[in-house]
Amino acid sequence: MSFVAHLINGISLGSVYALIALGYTMVYGIAKMLNFAHGDVIMIGGYVVFVTVSGMGLNPLAAIIISMAACTLLGVTIERVAYRPLRGASPLAVLITAIGVSYLLQNVALLVFGSDTKAFTNVVPFPNLELFDGQLVIKSVTIVTVIVNIIIMVGLTLFVKKTKIGRAMTAVSEDKGAAQLMGINVNGTIAVTFAIGSSLAAIAGVLLCSAYPALTPYTGSMPGIKAFVAAVFGGIGSIPGAFIGGILLGVIENLSKAYISSQLSDAIVFSILIIVLLVKPTGLLGKKIQEKV
Amino acid sequence: MALLETKNLGISFGGLRAVNAFDISVEKGQLYGLIGPNGAGKTTIFNLLTGVYQPDEGAILLDGVNLTGKKTIDICKAGIARTFQNIRLFGDMTVLDNVKVGLHNHYTYSTLEGILRLPRYHKVEKEMNEKAMELLKVFGLEEYADYKAENLPYGQQRKLEIARAMATAPKLLLLDEPAAGMNPNETKELMDMIGFVRDHFDMTILLIEHDMKLVSGICEKLTVLNFGEVLAQGDTQEVLNNPEVITAYLGE
Amino acid sequence: MKKIMINKTTKNDMITYAMVILAYIVVQLLIATGHVSSLIQGLLVPFCTYVIVAIALNLTVGILGELSLGHAGFMCVGAFSSAVFSLAFKDAIPGGLRFLLAILIGAAAAALIGFLVGIPVLRLRGDYLAIVTLAFGEIIKNIINALYLGVDGNGIHFTMKDALSLDMEEDGLMLIKGAQGVTGTPNDSNFTIGVVLILITLFIVLNFIHSRTGRAVMSIRDNRIAAESVGINVTKYKLIAFTISASLAGVAGVLYAHNLSTLNALPKNFGYNMSILILVFVVLGGIGNIRGSIIAAVLLTLLPEVLRALSDYRMLIYAIVLIAMMIFNWSPNAIFFRKRLKQRITAGRKPGKEE
Repeated sequence: MSFVAHLINGISLGSVYALIALGYTMVYGIAKMLNFAHGDVIMIGGYVVFVTVSGMGLNPLAAIIISMAACTLLGVTIERVAYRPLRGASPLAVLITAIGVSYLLQNVALLVFGSDTKAFTNVVPFPNLELFDGQLVIKSVTIVTVIVNIIIMVGLTLFVKKTKIGRAMTAVSEDKGAAQLMGINVNGTIAVTFAIGSSLAAIAGVLLCSAYPALTPYTGSMPGIKAFVAAVFGGIGSIPGAFIGGILLGVIENLSKAYISSQLSDAIVFSILIIVLLVKPTGLLGKKIQEKV
Repeated sequence: MALLETKNLGISFGGLRAVNAFDISVEKGQLYGLIGPNGAGKTTIFNLLTGVYQPDEGAILLDGVNLTGKKTIDICKAGIARTFQNIRLFGDMTVLDNVKVGLHNHYTYSTLEGILRLPRYHKVEKEMNEKAMELLKVFGLEEYADYKAENLPYGQQRKLEIARAMATAPKLLLLDEPAAGMNPNETKELMDMIGFVRDHFDMTILLIEHDMKLVSGICEKLTVLNFGEVLAQGDTQEVLNNPEVITAYLGE
Repeated sequence: MKKIMINKTTKNDMITYAMVILAYIVVQLLIATGHVSSLIQGLLVPFCTYVIVAIALNLTVGILGELSLGHAGFMCVGAFSSAVFSLAFKDAIPGGLRFLLAILIGAAAAALIGFLVGIPVLRLRGDYLAIVTLAFGEIIKNIINALYLGVDGNGIHFTMKDALSLDMEEDGLMLIKGAQGVTGTPNDSNFTIGVVLILITLFIVLNFIHSRTGRAVMSIRDNRIAAESVGINVTKYKLIAFTISASLAGVAGVLYAHNLSTLNALPKNFGYNMSILILVFVVLGGIGNIRGSIIAAVLLTLLPEVLRALSDYRMLIYAIVLIAMMIFNWSPNAIFFRKRLKQRITAGRKPGKEE
């Protein structure tokens, strides 16, 4: 029974990773850049909900919507101010800038909200699911997170495949120059990608903080990095890959915490990244790209 | 015996047959042209010859040595040097250092000797500088020696790429559209220079080119490629008068 | 012409060495005349540590052209391996020789780990390489935090569980106590040694850059495919540069460890935040500009201490400076603008001359 409990805890953690990874994979797949600050947008989303619910006493649902709006605005602003000027620059420059943005968000949060841990109130208002006379408890936030994941995954897939802007995204991801020649507004398309990615980050922030209710300026950092690992694991750019990668990573992390060593669980997670990249660099569901000479 | 010989060379990308049954035989000292419409597979052949791609079938022989399946750096060591269609210089390094990188495998000292600046470092560096300057002089680039490569004018960049390739002391030089983006005057100058390189270094040159004036002006033999296959092969004038070749170039 | 050029790079290097020596003399004079607070004096060795890692990281970022977010990890390896050595041989070997050996051991251990990490990692490109080095840095920190190491009459004991599982004899010596780290490392570091190590680091890195190997490494950075086409063994030279860089970061770790009585692997000293802080030094000083790294490392560490009012905003300012520097230096529009400006200024002279 304890194995099942660990497994479910793993899925719970993994579903949060999956949600963050979806945002990562969208931006990476289309803008071809590693938005290192994605995890920190999640943290900001968490703080917005915290302030609006605990501080202003707003209804959680309204708070989530405000948080999504705030993160969307934040994501688009970051893209416009920091990333767009560097379009066409070396990937190294873009990555360092993204690290700078991540650093900036953490330190702004540190100055505004302080370094103390905020106790986040669970905004998922459902009772936990208890099975086998309470021997096995599935937290309601886990169930909600998995459901939200599936909805977003299906929604995103439909959006990319069926809508005009979604197809524009695919075009931009294949070849920016050609897309531009075909009359696609490349900058606009990438901005939309960031908007979507960041609003997903807000949702991820709320669910992350509901499941693990300790909010600090560094809350988003480690889950962000691990979610990137998940996205790579599943195949970067692939929407279902992000989901599968996230869940698997969460399960592996929790099982290694339970059965190997809690000290070493991060090391194990990161080792997986390295093994995946060496054995199958495109991840479980990714595509292979060859360099043109 | 021919210097370069390929037998039945072929490669596919996915479903696309990029090069099929490609045979060529380049004699020592020859100036050989490889022409064909866009997408005919010319650069792919260069990439096969230099180990950037591995052929699906066929063989590549240089001076009788089988180079099939060898890696790029081993092919370079075996004696094939190349330039690129889109210039690939070491942009942030000086013109002199670009050539010195080309000399890398011929003038050696260890990393430790370099860090500790042992006598061998000073001796070999001096030799390298002399050799590199000598090459730059041949290409009229000596006054630019301490410029950053990316700051050179376009025409000079093309020349530097050839100088760097020559620094590897090749047996065979592959030039991928050396006249691309040049005006008629620059092209004329380049033609003279290619001829000079051949005579001065006693070099064998295989070049890809679109500029028919350049090709007919300096190449002794031609191979015309169309849809990855050899359309015609032989002496330059003969090939250029071949009706099939004219059709491939001008359309029906 | 050749002579002039060689002299130019040599002269440039000499200025860098002179700058470090001059700074050392000035600081010593200030200390002697009582102008340096004990707080700043306590920071002198960490200064040297940061300068050395910054130079080491610049070798990877600026010369090799790959982003490593794991250099704090290599520092960590250097720190712990040397601290364990110094602690174990505290009484057996006299101070000076022991510290010399400690430096060599730290450098060798970090080089070994750098080499082993480099083999798989350097096959990857760009973003993946950055994230994997980050992962390695975290793995190293994690493992050290879980490691218990001790030595007694029966030899060396180690475990990843807890102190009791070491199963040591009474008189045994605990070397690494898991998350509590290493306690009792002799304080062999001082400012003078730090500066000497900076000079040695500079000597290695600057001479490396201007050698045959350095050119091969830079050619890979500038154009990998062209480098291969002229016979450069890409993997080999990437690995050489990365290993040297890791090893020098290890030396910085040795210096760091021997300045503290208790050494822990915390996120703030060996975590990826530290790697990023070093990256800030490198970017601010100019990627590929070794002298710039030194100046940036000193300035950015010194400024917040001098201007206490700023210290709360220190990290925030770093972040903004980092972003602004990247956009200013690397944005295609900014580059174009600067080129135009330069052309206008140098109009009449030959365009495109270096510097």
